Amino acid sequence: MIWENWSDFFAMGGYGLYVWGSVVVTLVLMFGEIFLLAMRWNASIRHLGKWIRNLQKERHENKA
Amino acid sequence: MSIASYTQSRKSALSASVWFKYASPQLFFPLAGKLIPVFAVISAVLCIIGAYIGFFVAPTDQQQGDAYRIIFLHVPAAWMSMVIYLAMAFWAGIGLVMNTRLSSMMATALAPTGAMFTVLALWTGALWGKPTWGAWWVWDARLTSELILLFLYIGFMALQASIDDLRRADKAGAVLALVGVINVPVIYFSVQWWNTLHQGSSISLRNAPSMAITMLVGMLVMALGFWAYSIAVALLRVRCIVLERERHSDWIKQYVVSMEK
Repeated sequence: MIWENWSDFFAMGGYGLYVWGSVVVTLVLMFGEIFLLAMRWNASIRHLGKWIRNLQKERHENKA
Repeated sequence: MSIASYTQSRKSALSASVWFKYASPQLFFPLAGKLIPVFAVISAVLCIIGAYIGFFVAPTDQQQGDAYRIIFLHVPAAWMSMVIYLAMAFWAGIGLVMNTRLSSMMATALAPTGAMFTVLALWTGALWGKPTWGAWWVWDARLTSELILLFLYIGFMALQASIDDLRRADKAGAVLALVGVINVPVIYFSVQWWNTLHQGSSISLRNAPSMAITMLVGMLVMALGFWAYSIAVALLRVRCIVLERERHSDWIKQYVVSMEK
């Protein structure tokens, strides 16, 4: 451990704004990308499910 | 034909068939689904170890103080921005030459992640440049060529989004991606070819690394973590793309119905 205490760690020798500004944006972008992809996946499954049910209904009506 | 060369050719035919087998979206889709958690775990472990080394073990730099710690994010992000571009151009090129849909989908899946890492490289670079150079941005060769890389990614995505016919979009994107490959060596060698504010390579194949060993290890572990992240996220996105583009096939319909239960 190279830091005396936690406030030392957060201060980053006076460069806290630059270092934490980099860390926070990195975390936001990387987790944000995963979150957006999870949303896209769920939306696709939902939309395709609805689309498939509509197709089946149409086929059923055409037969009748 | 001798028996040895016959078995040899059988073997190579076999290994080639294994590769082409997974060029089929139907077979690749479940494989990608199995690989995603593996790479996600590898990435999480490596990023935590790398961040621990970078922020708790590596000593403060004598010249730059603790501002240099941005290196543990900046260099891996910059490397990935270039590596992903090469991978994207490679798959786009394979899709163009071999006419394999899945290769083109892989290229499309890689672009947003590459653009994200390019933005990160530029952002962390600006936050590192301000305390060390006194400027957020300078129009020097390294920074400008990295900015052009971002425009290439955006151009690739915009071009593909603007063409309705998916296979034509794949081909147009591939041409753009392949032409843009010339920019990657320009970025990489820019610090040697031109006088720039940007410092030289931290590590090179010819010289001993110009940094403390713990700094180097932290940076490399972090880079491998970002690499695993990129693979996991690209596989996740390519699965979304396969789902949407292959929706007319029966196996996707069956998959969707099984997922909804």
